[in-house]
Amino acid sequence: MVEYKPIKKVVSGNYAAAYAVLHARVQVVAAYPITPQTSIIEKIAEFIANGEADIQYIPVESEHSAMAACIGASATGARVFTATSAQGLALMHEMLHWAAGARLPIVMVDVNRAMAPPWSVWDDQTDSLSQRDTGWMQFYAENNQEVYDGVLMAFKVAETVNVPAMVVESAFILSHTYEIVNMIPQELVDEFLPPRKPLYSLADFENPIAVGALATPADYYEFRYKLARAHEEAKKVIKDVGREFGERFGRDYSEMIEKAYIDDADFVFMGMGSLMGTVKEAVELLRKQGYKVGYAKVRWFRPFPREELLEIAESVKGIAVLDRNFSFGQEGILFTEAKGALYNNGARPIMKNYIVGLGGRDFTVSDVKAIAEDMKKVIESGKLDREVEWYHLKR
Amino acid sequence: MNTLFGKAKEEARVISPKSVDEYPEAPITLGTTLVNFTGDWRTFMPVIDESKCVKCYICWKFCPEPAIYIKEDGFVAIDYDYCKGCGICANECPTKAITMVREEK
Repeated sequence: MVEYKPIKKVVSGNYAAAYAVLHARVQVVAAYPITPQTSIIEKIAEFIANGEADIQYIPVESEHSAMAACIGASATGARVFTATSAQGLALMHEMLHWAAGARLPIVMVDVNRAMAPPWSVWDDQTDSLSQRDTGWMQFYAENNQEVYDGVLMAFKVAETVNVPAMVVESAFILSHTYEIVNMIPQELVDEFLPPRKPLYSLADFENPIAVGALATPADYYEFRYKLARAHEEAKKVIKDVGREFGERFGRDYSEMIEKAYIDDADFVFMGMGSLMGTVKEAVELLRKQGYKVGYAKVRWFRPFPREELLEIAESVKGIAVLDRNFSFGQEGILFTEAKGALYNNGARPIMKNYIVGLGGRDFTVSDVKAIAEDMKKVIESGKLDREVEWYHLKR
Repeated sequence: MNTLFGKAKEEARVISPKSVDEYPEAPITLGTTLVNFTGDWRTFMPVIDESKCVKCYICWKFCPEPAIYIKEDGFVAIDYDYCKGCGICANECPTKAITMVREEK
């Protein structure tokens, strides 16, 4: 680690994202306001107004247009950022496919917000997980520090593999909650994140190209394979960039799944985002009370860390998958993904899905403890009473 | 010269990747239709019977591609690298000099 004095700021998750955009020397931002994302793009506008940032800011009339403008800007070789939430992200959906398909390393912060109706502005992961198949990478932040670090790393990973990346944070729990974030001096960020070297550029007038033109059945297939391969390659890049980040700045992100107490655990809690901060606290308490529980926080949902998950699954009897999201007609989305990744690999821990915190329902340390009790019964009896538990339901 | 584009087409390098590694990493277009032929989309090919052709050039006017050109001798010809086999020329020909023939591939 290089010796440096971090810039300590007490900021919201949204301001942490905006500072990361400033420090990443983003060149173009196109965005449309939506609660709870708005204060990210307000803060960026303030940086520009104050002369702190040299960013081309494109005000647009919708999120669909925001992503369209980002795609155009990114195709000229610029470093591009946007942010949105819930209905806004859903409106972007078509353009998300375009960004990934055209291999443009745009970085976006999605502030997780429940999809309406009923109308809600609170935390829920179904908005970002609904974009699972667009070809974007997804990083889930547990706290404001991870929002800041996540945006910086996302640019480096995205620009290495030429795949766009979404950094996901929780509505209000992170977006509007202030905590200390250790920021990195500009010159050190510059060393970590040099200017983008684009795969191609529409601004290269000596070598004119068209992007995203028609591909017949004779050619389309190969481009899909290339995007799939880029996601596989991204796993190595993510680990390398996470390790480099740790070596430079003291916070290691080389694991796609952050783990604790796995080795002697009977079962582990697995989940994503800010709720895993609560779980971390609870696991510490449960361990003191003699519970053999572990902790597995999925940082990167896309690409999916199959190999790391398998290692965990091989050493525990059970996994309690906490999903702050739901796929109607099936189950929690992380639960499906985790089971699917293990199917052909032999590891067969008992897996139970707990649907928690939808629409911002409070999820507390005592909830984690209650789930631990339930999971303990499942492990001891060896019987799964039901696969999917609507944990908070008023009965 | 059997082409709309004359010498330019003869010199053009047709892009036809044989393996996944020959494709560009991103879906960018490496050239215009001068190097990206569209004739293989065709199922039926128009065939001209010059004994019936009266050089009215109605087919030449109607071809939407356009894949019909006029030869030095005044007869029309089809550039099969671009003809998609829509059959408009055969439909419009007043002397039925153009017939659509199923192409075996």
